[in-house]
Amino acid sequence: MSLNKIMATGLLLSTLGVSAQAQTLVYCSEGSPEGFDPALYTAGTTFDASSHPLYNRLSEFKVGTTETIPGLAESWEVSDDGKKVTFKLRQGVKFHSNDQFTPTRDFNADDVIFSFDRQGNPDNPYNQVSGGTWEYFGGMSMPDLIESIEKTDDHTVVFNLTRPEAPIIANMAMDFASIVSKEYADAMLAAGTPEMVNQAPIGTGPFTFQAYQKDAVIRYLRNDDYWGDKAKVESLIFAITPDASVRYQKVQAGECHVTAYPNPADVQAMKDAEDIVVMEQEGLNVGYLAYNTQVAPFDNANVRKALNMAIDKQAIIDVVFQGSGEIAKNPIPPTMWSYNNAIVDDNYDPEAAKAALAAEGVTDLSMKIWAMPVQRPYNPNARRMAELMQEDFSKVGVDVEIVSYEWGEYLERSKAKDRDGAVLLGWTGDNGDPDNFLAVLLGCDGVEKSNRAQWCNEEFDALIQKAKVLPTQAERAALYEEAQVIFKDQAPWATIAHSVVYMTMRPEVEGYVVHPLGGHIFNQVGLSQ
Amino acid sequence: MLNYVLGRLLTFIPTFIGVTLISFSFIRALPGDPIQVMAGERGISDERYAELAAQFGYDRPIYVQFWEYLTGVLQGDLGNSFVTKRPVWDEFFALFPATLELSICAMIFAVALGLPAGVIAAVNRGKFFDRALMSTALVGYSMPIFWWALLLIIVFSGNLQWTPVSGRIDLLYYFPDPTGFMIIDSLASGQKGAFTSAIRHLILPTIVLGTIPLAVIARQTRSAMLEVLGEDYIRTARAKGMSPGRINGIHALRNALIPVITVIGLSVGTLLAGAILTETIFSWPGIGKWMVDSIFRRDYPVVQGGLLLIAVMVMIVNLTVDMLYGVINPKIRKR
Repeated sequence: MSLNKIMATGLLLSTLGVSAQAQTLVYCSEGSPEGFDPALYTAGTTFDASSHPLYNRLSEFKVGTTETIPGLAESWEVSDDGKKVTFKLRQGVKFHSNDQFTPTRDFNADDVIFSFDRQGNPDNPYNQVSGGTWEYFGGMSMPDLIESIEKTDDHTVVFNLTRPEAPIIANMAMDFASIVSKEYADAMLAAGTPEMVNQAPIGTGPFTFQAYQKDAVIRYLRNDDYWGDKAKVESLIFAITPDASVRYQKVQAGECHVTAYPNPADVQAMKDAEDIVVMEQEGLNVGYLAYNTQVAPFDNANVRKALNMAIDKQAIIDVVFQGSGEIAKNPIPPTMWSYNNAIVDDNYDPEAAKAALAAEGVTDLSMKIWAMPVQRPYNPNARRMAELMQEDFSKVGVDVEIVSYEWGEYLERSKAKDRDGAVLLGWTGDNGDPDNFLAVLLGCDGVEKSNRAQWCNEEFDALIQKAKVLPTQAERAALYEEAQVIFKDQAPWATIAHSVVYMTMRPEVEGYVVHPLGGHIFNQVGLSQ
Repeated sequence: MLNYVLGRLLTFIPTFIGVTLISFSFIRALPGDPIQVMAGERGISDERYAELAAQFGYDRPIYVQFWEYLTGVLQGDLGNSFVTKRPVWDEFFALFPATLELSICAMIFAVALGLPAGVIAAVNRGKFFDRALMSTALVGYSMPIFWWALLLIIVFSGNLQWTPVSGRIDLLYYFPDPTGFMIIDSLASGQKGAFTSAIRHLILPTIVLGTIPLAVIARQTRSAMLEVLGEDYIRTARAKGMSPGRINGIHALRNALIPVITVIGLSVGTLLAGAILTETIFSWPGIGKWMVDSIFRRDYPVVQGGLLLIAVMVMIVNLTVDMLYGVINPKIRKR
């Protein structure tokens, strides 16, 4: 944006006063984005500021659900062997423009190929730009999965896969799969400023990027050429406000319309306040205690189930989550498709737990519980949680020692197959697919990696492997539901909680929907006069 | 005077190398590894780990890393942030004006109130005003910044709605910021109300950040004044019938200023430490919060580069203070 335009916008806004304000939605965000190219980063805060307002993907998550709908691809077709996915691209989609760049053509297959090639191909000139580490592309196993991407014509691309993979459509809706403009990238490379693709983003999304002042404010303007439903407000502002108490004061004072992540202790007061609306939904996450199922006596499912019965989860929800959590009975959250609601949780019953341990010949058991040193949505205070468990276990005659390490160390050491003790950890979903929880956290491939219970159950593993390649969601869901029954029966974890996500906003905010995947999306949010 | 300044500048060299070494080793001495922290629960394969370590350059021996860092620093290259991938230098200078603006305002606030308060307390030694002032100063000094800031926000922004809650200016205003100092840029923008808005946003953070230096300066001024007021030449001046205003304002205060200026110089370090909390609470986009975030993320280049730049700033301030001694007391500059 040129200086004149900046001045003009500023003057316009200041002279229009209140009416200008009515067209501007202010979101008090909790932190600064790392940059504006979503494929380079992993933080939700970055995605809120980049992939949601500025970009589109081949498929999109329908806001408020984990269901995928067409995005920049109008439709897709999966071959019978599941190894070829053909995307038909939408026509007439325009990229944004800025001071340095005006697109000469619409979005096409070249942009799709470039968006992925730069992440996986070391020879692509953009592979090393902006220190590209492409964490999500690697983390979702894309390098192993994608054999090649071919352009059939300007509006058709084919993904050739090395194996059938049902979650691929959900993966294409993830932030790292945002489509960037090849034409812009080429122009910036020629100008010797390739990092501008990350710093002055050009996408196809409902808002265009206006300016970012580090750690202070991000400004967006409505994209009037948007191919889908146009944004309801003229401009969108992210006011970066790291402190939760200050965000509360700001929404109360009307300095912002929407904020997220309130202090749990403030939630009740916010609900009682007349000028604040509080929305809530279970987060797409789970907090758990993973036993080491390879070490006696935790290799015995009956011992694990007995210990699960000794944990007073309600007390944990009240004390650790201060009410902003929900007891977890399954390894996947209730907002996810295939959640098996018929499963009955191991009820809190210390007497029965004691008897069950005695029946297995386990007496004078002492164990370690690992407490994470960091705060996470699925576990806001692991130390406190471990202390509560210590007390619960002491009631059934089990002596607990709490240990902790620096976060990097903790993650690394907890992977060891001979690890001494049960580990507190959790997971936040990436793509709304049950495979992203069940295979990653409990599959045999994850042992000594992300499977902290070191649990490899053939029956369970066969079900999730099969579910991964079935074509329809209904067929897959049936297998995942069955897998959850095995999980509950074998109890490799004590499932503790799903956090509850709160969004707070002014009453004049219209059309905000809490998104189960955790993003904050303002495309269809408006303000009443 | 020139020799004096040159001599002081020479002492910069060992200090600079020392600070470079300390900032380099400090972050590495902390347990934890940036790649593991970055990967989080998702984990990372051994091959990918090795690739990233090579890319970040810390698979090499530590002394090689230090040498490369030092040669980079001498050429003005502080490296790129692991997290944002942007040059540390650019990030620092994008954020530093905000910290500087706030620190200057806080210092003006502290000196403008602390100095007269200390003088008045000393002149009225033992009287009610002195006791009240010194008790208030003690409270100010002991106040946790976090709590003090939230208290002011709740009262003045929440209940009374006199000041904005946080930020540097109303979001309605939008103009280019060539200097990074909001007061100057808002004036230059010519937009009606922008300057007033910038000032209103400065009030609470200035008070919060300035409170501790204010208390320290008031107490230091009082004790220095008391010492000077007991000197023979003051008694002589009194005996000659000089007016109390002249005695206190010129003869006593000027001589009492040396320790006060030392305290002001040292307060700059305190200001930067206080800025971390103040900036977080008031969403003030300065270097305090930037540094804390980087430590949590083990963003080595930012932590070592940021520490180095801050240390250089503090060194410059101290040099300025030393030169001020010379201005106030000619005996020092001749030594």
